[in-house]
Amino acid sequence: MTQEVFQKFKDWIDNRHEYAKEWKEKTKQKIAGYFCTYVPEEILIAADVLPVRILGSHEPPIVTEPYIFAMFCHLCRDCLAQGLKGRFDYLDGIVEGQSCLHLRQAFNAWRLHIPTNYAYYIHVPHGVQTRHAAPYLAHELKKFKRSLEDWIGRKITDSDLDRGIRVMNKNRELMRKVYEYRKLDNPKITGLEAMEMVLSSQMVDKEEHSKLLEQLLQELPEREMNRNPGVRLMIIGSEDDDRVFMQNVENLGATFVIDEHCTGSRYLWGRVGSVEDRVLAIAERYVDRVPCPSKDWPEFTRAKHVVNLAQEYKAQGALVIQNKFCDPHGIEIPPLRDALKTVGVPTYPLEFDVTVPWGQFRTRVEAFLETLTGLEDLF
Amino acid sequence: MVETLKKYPAEPLKCWNEAKNLRKSYYENYLNAHEKGGLRWAGGAWSFSAVPAGLGEDVYSVTGEPYGATIAFHKDFAAKCHDAVEEAGFPRTLCAYMRNYWGALLLDKFILADGTIVDGYPTPDFIWQDHICCSHGKWYEVVKWLEKKNGKEVPMYCTDVSVGYSLEDPEDYKVEYIVGQLRDGVEWLEKVSGRKYNDQLLCDAVWNEMKATSLWAEICALNQAVPAPLDEKTMYSLYVMGTLMKHRPECAEFYQTLKEEVKERVDRGIAAVPYERFRVITDTQPPWGFLKIFREMEKYGVVSLGSLYSFGLIGMWEYTPDGKWVPKPAPKQKPETREDALRAIVEWTLNRPEWAHFFRPELKTKMMKSIVDQWKADAVLLHYNRGCEGLSVHIAENRLGLVDAGIPVFPFEGNMGDEREFDLAGTTARLSAFFESMGLKKLKE
Repeated sequence: MTQEVFQKFKDWIDNRHEYAKEWKEKTKQKIAGYFCTYVPEEILIAADVLPVRILGSHEPPIVTEPYIFAMFCHLCRDCLAQGLKGRFDYLDGIVEGQSCLHLRQAFNAWRLHIPTNYAYYIHVPHGVQTRHAAPYLAHELKKFKRSLEDWIGRKITDSDLDRGIRVMNKNRELMRKVYEYRKLDNPKITGLEAMEMVLSSQMVDKEEHSKLLEQLLQELPEREMNRNPGVRLMIIGSEDDDRVFMQNVENLGATFVIDEHCTGSRYLWGRVGSVEDRVLAIAERYVDRVPCPSKDWPEFTRAKHVVNLAQEYKAQGALVIQNKFCDPHGIEIPPLRDALKTVGVPTYPLEFDVTVPWGQFRTRVEAFLETLTGLEDLF
Repeated sequence: MVETLKKYPAEPLKCWNEAKNLRKSYYENYLNAHEKGGLRWAGGAWSFSAVPAGLGEDVYSVTGEPYGATIAFHKDFAAKCHDAVEEAGFPRTLCAYMRNYWGALLLDKFILADGTIVDGYPTPDFIWQDHICCSHGKWYEVVKWLEKKNGKEVPMYCTDVSVGYSLEDPEDYKVEYIVGQLRDGVEWLEKVSGRKYNDQLLCDAVWNEMKATSLWAEICALNQAVPAPLDEKTMYSLYVMGTLMKHRPECAEFYQTLKEEVKERVDRGIAAVPYERFRVITDTQPPWGFLKIFREMEKYGVVSLGSLYSFGLIGMWEYTPDGKWVPKPAPKQKPETREDALRAIVEWTLNRPEWAHFFRPELKTKMMKSIVDQWKADAVLLHYNRGCEGLSVHIAENRLGLVDAGIPVFPFEGNMGDEREFDLAGTTARLSAFFESMGLKKLKE
């Protein structure tokens, strides 16, 4: 049964577009695509709009060449390519929450070149370490809410917001509970399965997803893992939905016991609190959440969080992936390396592009795993 | 396009040496600040530099982008900087200015305006930065981190300005978000410097900055004349004052002098390029190690009049009701209180033209079309700059917008600060082909 749950997560990812079209047909409601996890899905859900994350397909995104200079990351180009190829033709609108220049380009190119009824950009503050960020974001979100109300043709009430908050909090909390099973000596969930669980949550109706999570949480205690977990790895970086890479590494005698990705733990850590002003409460969650490195200054707060995760989940080593041309994540590679070194967790950097050269990566990852298991002493 | 080949009179700028000396003393003042009991801070060219000015008249800064460009111009040193940064584990795809800057720090060297390299990187007393592109805040976060590895604590303050861009007045809550950070910043400056803050110096500095950045726009507007009194390669040596010290009185005074001289050149028909017959504008920072491409252009009688980058990086502009893009006049009155000064500089800064494209490519395309039209440009050379995400963002959209408007566009790829990513021979050959496709032939020597 547990395997069926994970198969369902996988199917949702593989058939995300068919799912969305069926959902729309069934509910007669709108769907909004979003590029970054700084979009407050709580407000979209309150508006009865299904938020779905726009992600790439890992095919060379040559169709984007006229619209985005190829020195910007593959993710933003791959996302835009999906729109240009018509794969998200069921979307009623797009929304972006400010994170980086790369995804802003994907959003703007989409707005300018792909017929879209609704396009909204939220200027989520970068200065999340200042005391001014949350009140400022609350203003931005209230403006967003008003814009959504105009779009859907009705007011979004406090009761609607409560529902949006409840749905998101529940989904995140359930996934976090599943993550607890990654702490075990023999984790009851692989890194690939965890990635598919979180990724699918960004693509389907959250309530439907949460029902499956509840079922999973009932079954996980009894799950027998017929595999040797091998080396306990952490994976760190920006957006990562490269499931083939995850599977390949885990087939080399390792298990990803924790991640620090926005398609993983960074998405689900942090909940919206109970404050009378619901929009302010949502703003506070997005300001206080584990930050994307683009917003993490002047102090490297994320590095401390990464160190805590590595210790809690007993990681023996960490792969630090950088989506090529992503400056915020690239900048943090040496500080992360040093921070993890203080707790005895070696790191290995890998540069990801739209496709991954697995032949080369395999050799490099195997060598890294050997250093972690002490085989280097032989040489 | 000018039909007949004509030679215009040309002569060097009289204030050239003054500009050179200003730059020279800027770097030296920063280097030697402590000897005079002064303070030094580091931050970006777009930081609110008028605010630390309230700590005293002996407060000197070095701004990162011009410093990174100076390193880039001296390619041998730049190469050493890149090596040092890559050896430290940073990717080679990061902002080239940032890597140049970090490289100098890692090598413990400091470069002066004339290329003299001195031992010992002069550690700033504090960092005062702002953040609009993905790298601004992170740049100095790493500086702070690297300094700490050397046993030095450098406090950092960074103001978030990523609130979007509008051709109209910015919304009050956006202004308040930034003003609020600056209010806190003043208190922070007092704390880290141990000095009492002087509001009058702040008001003076804000006033200087508004005058200087408006004056620079007026100077650029004079380049609408045919022949153009300035070429962009020369302008790079002049606009840089605004990127180094836009808040200082000597910057506003120099721009006043320069404006008068350029006006006089226009009145007398003095050209920057004697055989001017084809006018272009460029975009983004040039490949600093290869400014000779501008000399290649001159061989075809081509003058580069400037760019949104050289006009609007520090120059302030606005649209008139009839759609003309004109210098934004400085307010008539100097601010008199801290609150007025902070609000004035935030509202002024949020109109910076070079911030528009970060958020909406259409706004930059509109400004570029205005420049082409009002400056009588025949083509646009777009530098797809691998060294700067911030100014290359949306550049492909700008190309499409210009092409749609029927403007000839020559895109070329390069890097402002990393010579490994610029192909001089290939670019020159393609540029020649472009000019020939525009009906130009190389002039005889």
